[in-house]
Amino acid sequence: MIFADAVAWLLDPVNWSGGKSIPVRVGIHLLYCLGAVLGAALIAVPLGLYVGHTGRGGVVLVGGSNALRALPTLGLVTFLYLVAGGGTAGVLIGLIVLAVPPILAGTYAGIQDVDRGVVDAASGMGMTGAQRLWRVEVPNALPLLVGGLRNAMLQVVATASVAAYVGIETLGRPLLDGLRVLDYGQFVGGAILIALLAVVLDVVLAGVGRLVVPAGLRLAAKARRAGSGKARSSGAQSRRRGEPAPVESGGSTA
Amino acid sequence: MGDIPKYLSDAGTRAALLDMLLDHVYLSLVPLVVSVVLAIVLGLLCHRFRQVNATLIALSNVVYTIPSLALFAIIPAVIGTQVLDPFNVILALTVYTTALLVRPVAEALAAVPAHVTAAATAMGFRPLRRFLTVELPLSVPVLAAGVRVGSVSNISLVSVGALIGTGGLGTLFTDGFRQRYLAPIIVGIVLTLVLALVVDLLLVLLRNRLTPWVRAGGAP
Repeated sequence: MIFADAVAWLLDPVNWSGGKSIPVRVGIHLLYCLGAVLGAALIAVPLGLYVGHTGRGGVVLVGGSNALRALPTLGLVTFLYLVAGGGTAGVLIGLIVLAVPPILAGTYAGIQDVDRGVVDAASGMGMTGAQRLWRVEVPNALPLLVGGLRNAMLQVVATASVAAYVGIETLGRPLLDGLRVLDYGQFVGGAILIALLAVVLDVVLAGVGRLVVPAGLRLAAKARRAGSGKARSSGAQSRRRGEPAPVESGGSTA
Repeated sequence: MGDIPKYLSDAGTRAALLDMLLDHVYLSLVPLVVSVVLAIVLGLLCHRFRQVNATLIALSNVVYTIPSLALFAIIPAVIGTQVLDPFNVILALTVYTTALLVRPVAEALAAVPAHVTAAATAMGFRPLRRFLTVELPLSVPVLAAGVRVGSVSNISLVSVGALIGTGGLGTLFTDGFRQRYLAPIIVGIVLTLVLALVVDLLLVLLRNRLTPWVRAGGAP
């Protein structure tokens, strides 16, 4: 029974201490993921805000990030690793490249989705462009922006596992090693750890999203849902993957 | 990069590339077709039964969170297939694509205007015929948008399968990495992108054929 072997591997004290233990690999995995999402956010959020606010270059941006989504992650990682001549830089750049499109799409869609009436009201009150951006558009865009960050994190967690193939010590390592030496307990145990990490990170980011999204926005969404029934709810909830207009929504390459 | 022509000049390599490409098409499109059918059935269940809706949406969100490499490894442990069986990849991608499509299908069905279904009923359409000839066709634009995302993501994910022995074009990445040779990796990336683009164009054509009223400017 493979699952029993997997549990045995997960619980074996040998795997919980030393330089190649589970906690160390979780730590390395997290470092790569946080570094990549942070790096990607530094590029994608300002760009998304600019394009969303000015409306310039939206088509190019949506088309470009869709094309990036078709990039095979394993191909990108092996390519950059060979080009960079090994080391962590290639892997990190690959992760950032993959994390940019979902964040960009989330930021841009968030700004675009802001009710035009609200933006007009802000202008009418005499707000300058910058005030409108920071005090009206950004707070309203936060749900979709956080959705973009969550999608990016999923993408990066998955790719950091795949990147173990080129030799970095993430959680993909035990899985691939287990396959090589035909230790299926370790193979499946590693897979379970990766899945758990992904789910936990997603839940944590969802919690962060709840904290940062202004209370007024949540109330408004709730009122809208209650007020006009099912037909509107799709719009209010379409914060992430699987939404009806996925062309400009977040990433889907898990 | 200069060695790509040299790499491609070998007839054996080209034959192998064609094999991998066909393999890739098979591995990515079979799950797509199967999950469209599954998603329509599940989406209908979601649309009719509120309880099913909440459960399935929650489940598909969790499924979608699991990284592909992990799912490729967990599936054989759950259903008892061989670890290197290509079926694992096909099943994993089917699960992802279905999870992706269920919600849009349910929402599209819910968005069919009540007066349209009422008109069909008044014309004597039984529920099954009404579903197949009125509600489903009206959901095609939303379904097509989901299918396009699913096809791109499947085509890109199949390559990860190379790490567990089933990768289509992904085999080029593992081969290239092992030999420290960039040419197959670049060829693999380009072929994957081109494949994704071609399938996407075909899906757009198919969608346009299935929704002639959109171009005619009619609204449901």
